[in-house]
Amino acid sequence: MHDRTIAELGTALERGECSSVELTRATLERIDQAADLNAFITLTPESALAEAAEADAARARGEAGPLTGIPIAHKDIFCTEGVRTSCGSRMLERFVPPYDAFVVARLRAAGAVAVGKTNMDEFAMGSSNETSFFGPVKNPWDRNAVPGGSSGGSAAAVASGLVPAATGTDTGGSIRQPAALTGISGLKPTYGRVSRYGMIAFASSLDQAGPMASSAEDLAIMLQGMAGFDRRDSTCVDRPVPDYRAALAETDVRGLRIGLPREFIEADGVDAEVSGAVTAATDALREAGADVREISLPNAGMAVPVYYVIAPAEASSNLSRFDGVRYGYRCDSPADLEDLYKRSRGEGFGEEVKRRIMVGTYALSAGYYDAYYRKAQQVRRLVQEDFARAFESVDVIAGPTAPSTAFPLGSKADDPVQMYLSDIFTIAVNLAGLPALSVPAGFGGGRPVGLQLIGNHFQEGRLLGAAHGYQQLTDWHRQRPSVEG
Amino acid sequence: MPMNANEVAQIAHLARLAVSAEDSETHARNLSEILDFVEQLGTVDTGDVEPLAHPLEMTQRLRTDEPSEPDERERFQAIAPATEAGHYLVPRVIE
Repeated sequence: MHDRTIAELGTALERGECSSVELTRATLERIDQAADLNAFITLTPESALAEAAEADAARARGEAGPLTGIPIAHKDIFCTEGVRTSCGSRMLERFVPPYDAFVVARLRAAGAVAVGKTNMDEFAMGSSNETSFFGPVKNPWDRNAVPGGSSGGSAAAVASGLVPAATGTDTGGSIRQPAALTGISGLKPTYGRVSRYGMIAFASSLDQAGPMASSAEDLAIMLQGMAGFDRRDSTCVDRPVPDYRAALAETDVRGLRIGLPREFIEADGVDAEVSGAVTAATDALREAGADVREISLPNAGMAVPVYYVIAPAEASSNLSRFDGVRYGYRCDSPADLEDLYKRSRGEGFGEEVKRRIMVGTYALSAGYYDAYYRKAQQVRRLVQEDFARAFESVDVIAGPTAPSTAFPLGSKADDPVQMYLSDIFTIAVNLAGLPALSVPAGFGGGRPVGLQLIGNHFQEGRLLGAAHGYQQLTDWHRQRPSVEG
Repeated sequence: MPMNANEVAQIAHLARLAVSAEDSETHARNLSEILDFVEQLGTVDTGDVEPLAHPLEMTQRLRTDEPSEPDERERFQAIAPATEAGHYLVPRVIE
């Protein structure tokens, strides 16, 4: 069952080929077999089996939807009632929330069975899943390589067939980049499409929850379960949720106007095998009738420096609540209040988190605010205006998701700027609040390559339709690594 | 923009972070590299450009001033480490 999609598992459950309880037991056994991947921080076998039994009962009553009885996993950034939510940090190692995040509650209500919480870069800060307090996740295609970050645990779990789908979050590419590096499909929705309530905040104007799965069709099913208005998130948009699965059939690749940004094609440091795979993918779409044309995003090259001012600035504010008094880890025997704050935060946070808090503190400090933070927000507008101009002439923008395939564990750990450049093609999308996804588009040296498709605001349906169309032409998304390693 | 250990100590103090002396050198080097990297923003002409703080440029939504959450004090107190007479007890902070 481990190589089936949500859609296929739903059919199997419907036909009585297996029950959700059986499926959940098999899922838990497979997770145990693949423990060396370190994809999970916390497993919830008892509640999962109880949810599966309830799903079977709902199906018997004729109340099943597309997610009823399907095992899924949640990134450990989403609060889960009664289940530890660590955010990959020592700071929250013992945090057990008394409530569910909106996304968790919605998927639970849709009948999905939550089997556990996946490993992640600490507070979602990282591009390799090496900053987790619980150790690095390994890429199932090559256990000496990273799975990408920060949703690397979710990506590895889906890629190795431990679960058919998982939740992730994307602040600068943290769904799409690990999806690309592990050969799965991952969608970052439009900012505001999915409520951030109960999602531990990193950079609030950029963070967005989204699904990770093995096909565009499964992304559509998951997004349907996740999207919707929530008054508890003041940035959540009150707008009807379309039928995303129906959009798969409605979007025809023939005539679809696809823009290829010159700046993505000519970017320095892109692996030849990545460029080759992306070219082959756009050629396949062209042969299927798409209108592929070159466009320009002149400020795209500024996206990473903009991000590394804005994201740390917002992080320094959001993470100020973790002070040893209000939330999180508390140091032993503080000498005074200042010592309590400093040692609790110094001992509770990892090095990358501390680095970003300090960058953010510096950028927001007196005398530097205009030179860094205000300037970055101005360039952010230029980046967004580039996209707005591009979408006047194209429906979708295509390019690589990441500049390379999965890199060796530890190879960029001492060079933060090189690590930050792993997200060079994904960050601009977050700055502009656009939806984008990554789908598998080939291999380089035995490691997956991702094709990124970017859409205009709230055009998830068209984006998923284009990705589904591409997946009808290719079988890259059907390739699986061996769990045995 | 080169940064030294003293400047790192000042930023760490503002951020209320304990940073050891041996880690200060590493932080100074990394922060210098990151600030050098973001310096390239200075090459972009942003003379009349309005800053963009929110990707959808939404205004803060307001709601009517009515209670929207139920009182769950008993449930929250049940999972608190220590309570007394309806209050939460927190560890003593020495001043």
